[in-house]
Formats: sequence, structure tokens, C-alpha cells
Amino acid sequence: MRRPPAFVGAVVVFLFVGMAVGAPWVASTDPLRTDWNQIRKPPTIKHIFGTDDLGRDVYSRVVWGARISMQAGVFSILLAIAFGVPTGLVAGYYRGAIDQVIMRLTDAWLSFPFLILAIGLVTILGTSLTNATVAIGLAATPTYIRLTRGLVLSAAQEDYVQSARALGGGDARMMIRHILPNIFSALLVQATVSIPAAIIAEAILSFLGLGVQPPSPSWGTMLNTAQQFLETAPWMAWWPGLAIFSLALSFNLAGDGLRDFLDPKDY
Amino acid sequence: MFDFLVRRVAISIVTLFLITLIVFTGVRMIPGDPARVMAGTDADEAGLQEIREKYGLNDPVPVQYYRWLRLALKGDLGESIRTREPVVKTVAVKLPITIQLACFSIVIAIGIAIPAGVFSALRRNTAWDLLANAVSLCGVSIPTFWLGIMLILLLSVRLHLLPASGFVPFFQDPLGNLERMLMPAFVLGGALAAVLMRQTRNSMIEVMSANYIRTAYSKGLAEPAVVFRHALRNGLIPIVTILGLQMGALMGGAVVTEQIFVVPGFGRLIVEAVFTRDYPLVQGVVMITAGTYVLINLLVDVSYSLLNPRIRVKGSASES
Repeated sequence: MRRPPAFVGAVVVFLFVGMAVGAPWVASTDPLRTDWNQIRKPPTIKHIFGTDDLGRDVYSRVVWGARISMQAGVFSILLAIAFGVPTGLVAGYYRGAIDQVIMRLTDAWLSFPFLILAIGLVTILGTSLTNATVAIGLAATPTYIRLTRGLVLSAAQEDYVQSARALGGGDARMMIRHILPNIFSALLVQATVSIPAAIIAEAILSFLGLGVQPPSPSWGTMLNTAQQFLETAPWMAWWPGLAIFSLALSFNLAGDGLRDFLDPKDY
Repeated sequence: MFDFLVRRVAISIVTLFLITLIVFTGVRMIPGDPARVMAGTDADEAGLQEIREKYGLNDPVPVQYYRWLRLALKGDLGESIRTREPVVKTVAVKLPITIQLACFSIVIAIGIAIPAGVFSALRRNTAWDLLANAVSLCGVSIPTFWLGIMLILLLSVRLHLLPASGFVPFFQDPLGNLERMLMPAFVLGGALAAVLMRQTRNSMIEVMSANYIRTAYSKGLAEPAVVFRHALRNGLIPIVTILGLQMGALMGGAVVTEQIFVVPGFGRLIVEAVFTRDYPLVQGVVMITAGTYVLINLLVDVSYSLLNPRIRVKGSASES
């Protein structure tokens, strides 16, 4: 274990995954249950993170929020990979006119700042968790097209690819059996960078009111509400933000470690 | 050099054209009847029909696109449904505020990132380097809007040092303006600083291992002379590109930052336009954002080629 921070990062990521999967057991209180006698109470033994403006338990909302964040973060990037990698493969493998068309469209798509594109797409799709996930995924797609294309261009020059082709490998076989496995690790590293970015993007969309709608316990919506009560109930703002921060930080730490492990020549 | 410029400008024009197509189609895919939004809820069918005629909403979409593009090329992006003001005029009022915020945050980011990056590259693998890296990693991972909220909580609510939100024009009250811009600019610049610092460090480490640096040392130059006169000049070239590519993130960040600190700029305008379903405004604002991004990156690529002659022959710098 040469990189303790990466190890810690990976452990924390898995803890969050565990929290998301086991939310009903990790938090026994219903995250939606309001209690009018417990409005904006500071942390106590019963409510260790305090309560919010509707008397709901902040701890259990943060725990359930992990589900929403993980769902948005992971599925959006899976979507981006599902669209981006095959497109980039085709562009990089066939080159020529099809490459030009794909890359010019990708350039245009990339000209929209990530967040502004996601906001625009949510406007078209409507506000919900699924739509926010799709919007973030589509906004992240061009990065994967570009990355895959670049990787394919260099992989296609390698001797093993050339010799596989000389042995009569068809296009599909070349792409799936020979090129894809060799660019997989670089794509994996990119995913560990994009997932925390997607998690933050979901929180921002929900914070702006364009993502998950109340009363669902999304970290972004929680922070939106918390902003109105900064003077009287600051704890409402601490925990959801701390959750996003620690999850994103752990992903980045684990991702750094993974990159060093898979590609030792890079620093 | 000339070929490179022509090629780069041509690509930008194609990109801009595709952007207009994407934006125009995108806005037409927003659910809901624009005529109904313009007329309000109590309009009758005849009123709606009148509006559709007036704005040419009954024409086939390609015809609408052609008309819009022709006007857009003349600098006319239509008018806002809500305020009836021309979109260009609305943007012209809001944009300077965001530009001030962006410039302020770039200054903060560069002021933090370059010295920190250079220093940690020179003192590689020391406690300082580790600390600088840890801070930069936190900077990349911290959600800007939460950082903003926490700063308001600390500096405004607790310590009463800075106003929590609001905006006054610089020429009306310079001190009040800077006082209110400091927190948003720090929040926006902090994320940028984190990215820039990492790049500066990596780039300086690479440059410092070059042969000409060893030569500079061996002819007896002191470290400051080597770093400032020889290394920094080459080491900072990649930073220009990164800064250009980060402009998109900066624009996105401005949306959130302006929302938290109630800065009435371009970013807030985008969110307002989306919420009020002000289609022409959404269309215009998104178009301007993407267009600006393309132009900034064109300028970055050109300046990059001026700074680094090796790139001129190879083609676009952003493709590498």
C-alpha cells in the first residue's frame, strides 16, 4: 500500500456506496417525516445532525441523499460512456469524413459550458432526478468522444493492432477485441474524475431548483433551503455540503491513486 | 503561420454555425407553446393566433431558423418576452457585471495558483508541496456553492466583516463594489486556482528538468534568476491554454456564484430566463455564452501559437 490517501479515498467511496444502498438501515428515521415540535433544532443525541425547517431529521436526509447523488453521478457517466465511447471509437478508427462530421459536432457541443448545457437540457427535458441525470450525461458525452478518439488514434498505430489487422481481423473485431481493452484503463481514470464532477453538477442543478424536487432529500435541495436559515439554523447547511465535499474528495483521491497505478509514468 | 490561422478561424466559423443550429433546435424542443407563454394564461385562441402570426411561429422551422440567423448576424437576437427589451440590450447591461466578477476571480486565481504552483514544483516532495497539493485537491472537490454559503456564514453572519450579498456598480461606490465582489470572486477564483496550481506545478517540474535549465544552473546563475528568467517563461505557456479551457467552467461557476451572492449578472439572467420560460432570452443568452467561449478559445490558440512557435506547424493546439 504505497498510497495511503488513495486507499482512504477508496474506502470512503465504498462507505458512501454502502450508505446509499443501505439507507433504510443506516438511518432509521423517515427522511420525509415532519415533526412540528422539532423545527430547526440544533444537533442533539436524538437528531445528531439537527432538524430542518419542517422538523425533519437532517441525518437521515443526508443518508438518503447519498442515494440520489450516487444515482445521478454514476448513471450520468455511464450514459456518457455508452454514447461517447462507441462514437469516439468509430471516429478514430475510420477517420476521414465521418471523423470530421463527428468531431465538428463534438466541438460545437463542447462549446457550451458543461453546467450551462446541463441547465439548457433540463429546461428541455423538465425537472426531475432522471432528467437531471440524462442532462448531465449528455453534457459529459463530448469529453468521452474526444478522449476515446484520441486514444484510438494512438492505439491504432501500435504493432499489435497492425498485426491483428494483417491477420485479417474485421473492423468490429479490431475495435472491440484489440483497441477497446487497451484504452479501457484511461477511460476508467476519466470516469473517476467525471463522477465527482457529475455529483457536484446534480447538487448544483437541484440547488438552483432545476434537479430533484422537494421534498426528496437531495443534498442540493437541502442546501437551497438551508440558505434561507443561515442565521438561525446553520447546521442545516453544514452536513449536506460536507457530504458532497467528502464524497467528491474521496473520488478524486481514489482516482489519483488509480491513475498512478495504471499509468506509472505519469506523475 | 497564416495557414494555421486560416484553418483555425474556419473551424471556429463551422463550430459557431453548428452552435446556432443546436441552440435553435434545442429551444424549439422546450415543451409548451411559446405563444401561450407570451400571451399569458387568459389569452383566447384568436389572441394566440395573432401572436403566432406576428412572430412567424406558424412558418416551417427552417424558415424560422433562416430568419433568426439573418437577424442574429446583424446583432438582433429578438426581444425578451417578459420585459419586451431587446435581448442584446438586456445582456449588455448584465454582462459587464459578470465580466468584472470573472476578471476579479481570474486575478485571485492567478495570484494564488502561480506562486503556489512554482513553489511546490521547486520544493517537490517537501511538506510545502504536500500541503499545496492537498489544498488544491480540496479546491477541486469542494462544491463552489457550498464554499460560498460557508463563507457567508463565517464572514457575514458570524464576524460581520463583509456584506452577505448584493451589488453596487463600481463607478457609483468603488469601495462598496469591491467589498461585495470579494467573496463571490474568491469563491469563483478558488476553484480555478486549484486547477491552475496543479497545472503550473506539473509544467514547472517538466521545464525544470530540461537541459537548458541545467546549463543555466551550471553557468552559475542563482535560483531566482533561473526560475524567473528561464523556466517560468516556458513553464507558463500551457497555463494560457488551461486558462482558456477553464473559461467554460468559469461561466458555469458564475451562474451558481451569482445566485448565492445575489449578483445581478449574466449568470443570474440565465437562471431567471429558464425559470420564466423566456425563450428568446434563453436562446440569446446561451448563444452568446457559447459564442464567447469559441472566440476565447480561438484567441487562446492564436496567442499560444505566438508564444510557442513549435505549435504553429502542427495545427490546432486544442486538439492535442
